[in-house]
Amino acid sequence: MAAVSQLQRQFIEYTTSLYNEGYLDDQFTQLQKLQDESNPEFVVEVVSLFFEDSEKLLNNLATALQQKIVDYKQVDSHVHQFKGSSSSIGAQRVTNVCVHFRNYCEEKNLDGCLRCLQQVKHEYILVRNKLETLFRLEQQIVQAGGSIPMME
Amino acid sequence: MGVISISETPLHVLAVDDSNIDRKLIERLLKTFSYHVTAVDSGIKALEFLGLQDVENFQSFSPSPEVEVNLVITDYCMPGMTGFELLRKIKESKSLKDIPVVIMSSDNIPARINRCLEEGAEEFFLKPVRMSDVDKLKPYLSKNERKTTDEEECVSNDSSGAMDDDDGGGGNDGVEARSDEDEQIEKDQSLLILPP
Repeated sequence: MAAVSQLQRQFIEYTTSLYNEGYLDDQFTQLQKLQDESNPEFVVEVVSLFFEDSEKLLNNLATALQQKIVDYKQVDSHVHQFKGSSSSIGAQRVTNVCVHFRNYCEEKNLDGCLRCLQQVKHEYILVRNKLETLFRLEQQIVQAGGSIPMME
Repeated sequence: MGVISISETPLHVLAVDDSNIDRKLIERLLKTFSYHVTAVDSGIKALEFLGLQDVENFQSFSPSPEVEVNLVITDYCMPGMTGFELLRKIKESKSLKDIPVVIMSSDNIPARINRCLEEGAEEFFLKPVRMSDVDKLKPYLSKNERKTTDEEECVSNDSSGAMDDDDGGGGNDGVEARSDEDEQIEKDQSLLILPP
C-alpha cells in the first residue's frame, strides 16, 4: 500500500536524522536488536524506564542544587546515574552533557552545575520528544499493516 | 522405547545492578544466549541468593542445592556493597570462590580494572554492555572444570596502593570518577562494617 511505504520512508528518514544529529547512538540500535517476537515491546519498555528515571533525577538534581550548602557528592551521584541510564539507551547528547556536569561537580562550581542542569533538562526533553515521535511512527506503520524497517 | 532427555539444565547467571534499566538490559542480553537469569539490585541480595547466610558477619554458609549459579555478573558502582566488595566476598568464601565473576562499569579507570582482575574477576566490561561482551562469557560458563589460563596472570603496574592512579590522560573521555574511587578506598577499609 502506498500509505505503508510512505510511512516506512518517513520512519527511515527520521531515524537516520536522529543518528546524524547525535540524538541517538549505536546503543539504541543494540536495543532494537534485542527486540523480537518474544519481546516485542522491549525498546519501548526500556525507554519508558529511562523517562521515569530521568524525571526523578532531574527533580533530585534541582533540589540538591537549591540547598543552602550544596552536597556536590550527592549531585555527582545523581549525574552519574543519569549518565549511565542515558548511555544505556543511546541518548548520546544527554550523556555528553552529563560528562561536563560531572566535571563541574568535581570543581564544586555551582554556576557550571546550574547551567548543566538546564542543558541536560533541555537535551532530555528533546530526545524524549524525538523518541515519542519515533514510537508513534512505528505504531502508524504497524496499524497500516506494515512492518518496521530494520535500520542497519 | 527410547526417550531423548535433555539433561543439560540451562546455565544460570546471577546479575547484580542497582539500575533498573541496566538490570533489564543485562537480563535480556543474557537471555538471548539462552542463559537462565536471576537479577538482583544489591550485593547483599546477591550474597543471600548465593546462600551466604548471616551476611553481616559472613560466618555461616548454608548452600541450597536447588540454587546453582554458574556465573555472577555485577555492576561496580552500587550503594552499600560495591561490585568489588561482592567479588571479594565471593572469592573469600570456600564454597563460592570457584564461581566466575564479571564486573561491569560505566567508568573507564585502569586502576579500577586492574584491581578487579587482580582480585579474581574474569572479565571487566565497560558499559553499555553489548552482545559481543556477553559472547565472551561462553568459556566461563562451560560445565567443564574451569581452566586457569596464562592470560589471567595480571601484570602488576606499580600497584603500590595504586588506587589514586587514574591518570585520566590517554584515551579517557574526561570522565572523572575520582570521588567514587575515594569512596571505594574508604569502603574497602571498613569492609566488614555493613549497614544493619
